[in-house]
Amino acid sequence: MITFDRVSKRYEEGRDALREVSLHIGSEDFVFLTGHSGAGKSTMLRLIMLMDRPTRGQVIVNGQDLSTVRARGIPRLRRNIGVVFQNHRLLFDRTVFDNVALPLVIAGYEHREIGRRVRAALDKVGLLHREWAMPKALSGGEQQRVGIARAVVGKPRILLADEPTGNLDPALSAEIMNLFEQFNQVGVTVLIASHDLALISRLHHRIITLQQGHLVSGGAG
Amino acid sequence: MIRRGKKPQRKESARPRRTGAWHLLAAWFQHHRLSAADSLVRVIENPGSSLLTWLVIGIALALPVGLNVALDNVSRVSDGWDSPAQISLFLQDGAGNDEAQRLTDELAARQDVAATRFIPREEALDEFRDLSGFADVLANLQENPLPNLVLVTPRTTLEEPEVVALRAELEEISAVAEAVLDMAWLQRLNTLMELSRRIVLAVGGMLVIGVLLILGNTIRLAIENRRDEIVIVKLVGGSNGFVRRPFLYTGLWYGVGGGALAAILVSAALWFLEEPISDLALLYESAFYLSGLGVMGALNLVILGGLLGLAGAWLAVSRHLVRIEPQ
Repeated sequence: MITFDRVSKRYEEGRDALREVSLHIGSEDFVFLTGHSGAGKSTMLRLIMLMDRPTRGQVIVNGQDLSTVRARGIPRLRRNIGVVFQNHRLLFDRTVFDNVALPLVIAGYEHREIGRRVRAALDKVGLLHREWAMPKALSGGEQQRVGIARAVVGKPRILLADEPTGNLDPALSAEIMNLFEQFNQVGVTVLIASHDLALISRLHHRIITLQQGHLVSGGAG
Repeated sequence: MIRRGKKPQRKESARPRRTGAWHLLAAWFQHHRLSAADSLVRVIENPGSSLLTWLVIGIALALPVGLNVALDNVSRVSDGWDSPAQISLFLQDGAGNDEAQRLTDELAARQDVAATRFIPREEALDEFRDLSGFADVLANLQENPLPNLVLVTPRTTLEEPEVVALRAELEEISAVAEAVLDMAWLQRLNTLMELSRRIVLAVGGMLVIGVLLILGNTIRLAIENRRDEIVIVKLVGGSNGFVRRPFLYTGLWYGVGGGALAAILVSAALWFLEEPISDLALLYESAFYLSGLGVMGALNLVILGGLLGLAGAWLAVSRHLVRIEPQ
């Protein structure tokens, strides 16, 4: 589902974020991506979403060589990838419902279909009763779950998460991880960047470790 | 982008139509509808700043349009004077009344002449005496100093150079001492009108550019205010067109509102001037009345405003929106 072939990324200021990284993540895999901050976790996610392009090497997502995707094709690529951000990135002047509906509105779903799917996604993360609340009225854990509902509402084949439990206490974190596992069980490829080693080592999934841009372990699926 | 606060109806049986051109078209229309409604709500939700924008655009459009309406009215007045231009033939002293009358009839038969009128020197003197108030002075004159006069009215179909040529031709007639075509004042007026029109056009052009820049700046601020939202929309797969649409509609609403306000301002100004002008026309025994924008003129103004709004928004969007990329 996701393949990196000798991928390097050097930022303009000369920092090497990734060095010759090769790895493969199969369809329906559940993979953690770990390492210290600055090890290259976020860069990998950015390359998969085409927020950045690699300096060298090839990234293939869902069978598509990303170097062939032009700027116009980026939105279509992103619509097939659900993303959960550390700082939630919600629209604070819109209701929970509208936040979750955003990917469906972009994809052009019908009004009724949007309502049906948004409720299903909110139900899945346990927030159906808060659909008309504003995000500000929600706790940090609830906001993160709204972000997860938004990421999965379009039924993407790939789910990326960048430090999804960064600001949450251990109990909430475990709950969130449990959600991701449920999505994985219905066939979604999940890639989670996290430095919470205590949490991810308990979950017995494949762990890819990066160190200063190098792949240290977990490269072979 | 998303209509706020309106609950979609729940209907589980709805089947998704997600493929094919029909779906794309329907989605496209749906997003246009949502964007239009959403941006209108945003414009109306901030009545203070929106009214200010509308006023700025309205005044900037009303100024040249109002001047143009004024010029139209002036040219309607002067059109009444434009034709027929008259050629005055002052006859030689030796030409008597019989000869003058013969010449008058002869000229009246010409193809390029609409009418002729003979004014005998005696009649002219009487008229002059009555009108000038120099009766006493004239009484002392030994003889009538005025020549016989034939007034020639060219056909209205003649162009200005043809009238000038006709004057030259009539002057060649031996009985004619001098042929005078007094078009100078008319030419001056017409030139002045042309000049005024160009000034209005230039001022209008500058104000239109001003309106574009004002709208561009307003939309730029709107874009800055919603930067986070734009980033998020782009992250979850919104295309540039999707992001652009609400801002283009915002520009459209500002422009349409400004155009409508301009139409109201011009109409109000005309209404304000109507009474003194009809009084003035009455004093000049003229049937002149002030003609306004009319429904079509007002509609055109609104359309012009809308187009300017779209153009201004496009200017801002194409400059600023592309630069906002998720970091």
